[in-house]
Amino acid sequence: MRRRRAGEASELDAMAVACLLPSLLYVVVMFVYPFLNGIYLSLRPSKQSGLGLANYVAFFTDEWQYRTVWITFSIAVPNTVVVVAVALLLAYGMRRGIWLERTITTILVLPISLGIILLAEGILGFYGGRGWFNQILLAAGLLQEPLTLTHNYTGVMLSLFMQQFPFCFLMLLGYISGIDPSIENSARTLGAGPWIVFSRVMFPLIAPGLAIAFALVFVLSFGVFPSAILLGQPAGATRTIAIAAYQQAFEHYDMSYASAIAVVMGLFQLAGLVVIVLLRRRLVMAPTMGVGKR
Amino acid sequence: MRGRLWSLALYMFVLGFILNLLGIVSHVVVSAFAKRWFGTPVPARFTTEWFQYAWTNFDLGRVLGVTVFVALSVVLLALLLGFPAAYILARRNFRGKALLLLLYFLPLLIPQMTYGIPLATTMYRYAIGGTVTGVILANLVPMVPLAVFILMPFIEQISVNLEWGAAMMGANRIQVFRRVLFPLTVPGLLTAGILILVNTVSNFELTFLVSGAGSQTLVVALFYNVFAGGVRPVYSVDAMAVMYMVTVMLVLLVALRFVRPTQMVFRLDQPRR
Repeated sequence: MRRRRAGEASELDAMAVACLLPSLLYVVVMFVYPFLNGIYLSLRPSKQSGLGLANYVAFFTDEWQYRTVWITFSIAVPNTVVVVAVALLLAYGMRRGIWLERTITTILVLPISLGIILLAEGILGFYGGRGWFNQILLAAGLLQEPLTLTHNYTGVMLSLFMQQFPFCFLMLLGYISGIDPSIENSARTLGAGPWIVFSRVMFPLIAPGLAIAFALVFVLSFGVFPSAILLGQPAGATRTIAIAAYQQAFEHYDMSYASAIAVVMGLFQLAGLVVIVLLRRRLVMAPTMGVGKR
Repeated sequence: MRGRLWSLALYMFVLGFILNLLGIVSHVVVSAFAKRWFGTPVPARFTTEWFQYAWTNFDLGRVLGVTVFVALSVVLLALLLGFPAAYILARRNFRGKALLLLLYFLPLLIPQMTYGIPLATTMYRYAIGGTVTGVILANLVPMVPLAVFILMPFIEQISVNLEWGAAMMGANRIQVFRRVLFPLTVPGLLTAGILILVNTVSNFELTFLVSGAGSQTLVVALFYNVFAGGVRPVYSVDAMAVMYMVTVMLVLLVALRFVRPTQMVFRLDQPRR
């Protein structure tokens, strides 16, 4: 980093460097250094001396541990698809404004302010065995037995949807509202129906924003931690990789192994992001890009 | 006809979402006031004793104090560190700018659990893990970049001509900053500050990994009490959750007075072009 900084000095004067330096130093010291340190630590297993891949070998040979990768994907992928799809439909429907738009937007954004823990506590109560949801369905005669919606996979999915939908919706709404309406109008004038307008005109324009939404929701769901503990079965069906890393670090105090799990987690996230980028390239034909607002 | 069905479906979804949200939130609220509540539509009797209980038993006065202190410190420091960087990034083009932007973007893109564990490990080694200082420093990691990305478009909107004009009239750099740049950036600083405040109050993972007994914020304290389910009366945990909700709602209400939600996300999105 230092060397690069010296190279820039020809274009950046002393004041500019002085302005950039504090925050840059902060990110390097508090983010880059611990991260690199974590990678180094993961290569120094506590049970042996010197550098080695023992932690990684241990992780991928222990079913209890490597299963967490599969569990995490099986939560993150469906959740991302559902959240983005629903948010896209809704944002697309609201792109030219609807009745009570401001109120509806505010309500849809509210869960952000509730926080993960309150949402989890509320879902535990409302969707729990004795909660209102089951009470209503039982009273209406739609169910004979209460549904088990918490302390399992469903509970985690419910909570992830509530946490991430508002965020994703806002992003897509902002993005889609920013597309020039005259493009859509021209397509309609030329005789395109709603489906053609969506698939041939709007979708290619939305795709870059959609890819960002996919990436962000995926990354957030992949790191799922508190909801997997509170609403799932942290010892079994929803033992995600974040839980595995946490347990190694703060229950077994094996920071080296924990760092290795964190690195594995980072790599799989990265793999997910790469897939999203590749899919986006395949989905969107180059000539349609760069039209409209972006 | 198809359009009608479409908007009907749209409103049905919104209605379902509202009912679901209402159910979740009101369950917590009703439970916080319940004397005893087992499988009936509403509790047999209501009481306010759980708020008293939660306040004394969960040491909430202190937890709230820590939360407010941490949040305000993070806002102040993130703006102090982020503003100069955002200014340069908005005004100048230089070699390595894209790389720098990527570096700032990474803490926002990588989930906090992934870098939180190495960060916590490092912090405990230097004995700042478990302290309030440690919690503030850890929370700043994603918040400094957030401040940069929110402030950048605000600064881009301010015409450079204003700065040149002021300089021509004989203003030095400090005067340009104090009399021209700063007043014009106030809306941006407010937006960034409020978003950072809301984010820090509700941020879980980093605080959870780095905080010790005396440095927990409200979310983390709440997590431990929900997690310890059974040890504490569930009503008292719900009372604490209600207090949390009221705190955050107040912050958010203030925020929505200043910021339009769709606008701020789109702006946040812009610098990545």
